Amino acid sequence: MTEHSKKIGDPLLKVDNISLGFGGVQALSNISFEIREHEILAIIGPNGAGKTSMLNVINGFYHPQQGTITFRGEVRRAMRPYIAARQGIARTFQNVALFKGMSTLDNIMTGRNLRMQSNFFWQILHYGPARREEIEHRRRVEEIIDFLEIQAIRRVPVGKLPYGLQKRVELARALAMEPELLLLDEPMAGMNVEEKEDMSRFILDVNEQFGTTIALIEHDMGVVMDISDRVVVLDYGRKLADGTPDEVRGNQGVIDAYLGVPHE
Amino acid sequence: MGDFTFFLETTISGLMTGVMYSLVALGFVLIFKASGIFNFAQGVMCLFAALTLVGLMEKFGLPAWLAIIATIGVMIVLAWLIERFVLQYMVSQSPIILFMATIGLAYVLEGVGDLMWGSDVKLLDIGLPQGASDWMLDNFNIYVEKLELVAGVVAAAMVAVLAVFFQKTRIGRALRAVADDHQAALSVGISLRTIWVIVWSVAGIVALVTGIMWGSKSGVQFSLSLIALKALPVLILGGFTSIPGAIVGGLIIGVGEKWAEIYVGSLVGGAIENWFAYVLALMFLLVRPQGLFGEKIIERV
Ligand SMILES: Nc1ncnc2c1ncn2[C@@H]1O[C@H](COP(=O)(O)OP(=O)(O)O)[C@@H](O)[C@H]1O
Ligand SMILES: [Mg+2]
Repeated sequence: MTEHSKKIGDPLLKVDNISLGFGGVQALSNISFEIREHEILAIIGPNGAGKTSMLNVINGFYHPQQGTITFRGEVRRAMRPYIAARQGIARTFQNVALFKGMSTLDNIMTGRNLRMQSNFFWQILHYGPARREEIEHRRRVEEIIDFLEIQAIRRVPVGKLPYGLQKRVELARALAMEPELLLLDEPMAGMNVEEKEDMSRFILDVNEQFGTTIALIEHDMGVVMDISDRVVVLDYGRKLADGTPDEVRGNQGVIDAYLGVPHE
Repeated sequence: MGDFTFFLETTISGLMTGVMYSLVALGFVLIFKASGIFNFAQGVMCLFAALTLVGLMEKFGLPAWLAIIATIGVMIVLAWLIERFVLQYMVSQSPIILFMATIGLAYVLEGVGDLMWGSDVKLLDIGLPQGASDWMLDNFNIYVEKLELVAGVVAAAMVAVLAVFFQKTRIGRALRAVADDHQAALSVGISLRTIWVIVWSVAGIVALVTGIMWGSKSGVQFSLSLIALKALPVLILGGFTSIPGAIVGGLIIGVGEKWAEIYVGSLVGGAIENWFAYVLALMFLLVRPQGLFGEKIIERV
């Protein structure tokens, strides 16, 4: 993992005219925006605005009825989770989705799944190429564990961890994929101030040190204004605004619809 | 013969029957964990695998070892076909519809097995040792069938291999991941379809082993698929998602059934082994609904 000086580049992913409905509910209407290389993009909006649905479209959990997704120059009607993962999109979930029965270490190791090659037979014998490979991947995982300061909970089954640490393990699992694009769904929800500060620092570090492009959903406006390069505002499935934090803060539509009213 | 010797013989014989129940239940648990599907066809898969094996040996004159390898191949192809033509289209259906699909599958497998290999009772002889174990007679003065000892050893070895497979391999880790959380598994690039083919293949191979053991003892016939009926109480006892539960549950039912048959059977007028397992499971259900090792039952979302 190399040191990276931050330089926001060309669009890495573009969504164009995405519409997604569930029966009567229109979760997303005609949404277009782009995520640029090496930036931190925040997606904000009140509950039910369609933020999570947007991430689900990007990593292929939801298939929109309309629109296209362009990633790495390839235009698609819909993403598929497997392809998204293979092509370097990792994510976390609003309601932590860890493998509850497994240890922290094993959870993070699943993030290496796509990068492991050695066959079955050697793995069962735990010998030869498989052993070398496992050791190499373990080393990578240990780096991530150090980076996120979770050494002490390596062996603990994640179901037993407090919520804040679970969120951190989930981030670790996503980082283990060495993604180009990282999608974070409310990474700080339910955290206290100190935990939020830690998480903000980790997100900034990931972005700066590894050059990872990040799209995150967050409710805490202070955090959003602090860490994001650009902000997309959604409301009732529509895009209200798209710009730098300052531009968005000054946008009257946004103030009326969202910032003016206390949320939650 | 001493009472205690008799008790031991009964218990060992129960344990060996229990191993069969454990294996069938193990097949159920694997599929249930990985895909949330209650596979009604698990029993018929044992029959189908055994029929295929006998057919390949009789009709094509293959030697036993080659026929076993070929049957493993058939079970893997079957797993692939099931994923390709059934599961893939049903992922988002409710559990009850998936369950009904496996009932359909059971009939199809039974029909195909019949059509290809005929419905008469067949002897299965892959050269497993028969008769009493002299070694057990000489050393412990108890009567045990050699075949039962072999079955116990083979089952234990298979469980050990599976345990290593689950704990130590990348695919095992992916399997556990899928069992825990489908969405999260997808998000790290685990392919559910590949995992399902693997799980159904493993369940097919477990079914083959069960079919071989049971078929060597009692011949290959339709009743083989009925051991699946004993798997249900085993699952209630052991929990639907617990592999150790399936194994221990099977042993408890096997032994409990034999004891009941010998010591209580005459009091209630025989045939107790047909229903005892269910009564035991029901009583258990009242005390511990999540099973022996089960996590609390939580609705999948
Ligand atoms: N799988 C689904 N089925 C039905 N409706 C859904 C589904 N996912 C999201 N929705 C609906 O889409 C709208 C947007 O939801 P969501 O994307 O979760 O909003 P947010 O993350 O901004 O709070 C809501 O009205 C929600 O009920
Ligand atoms: Mg949401």
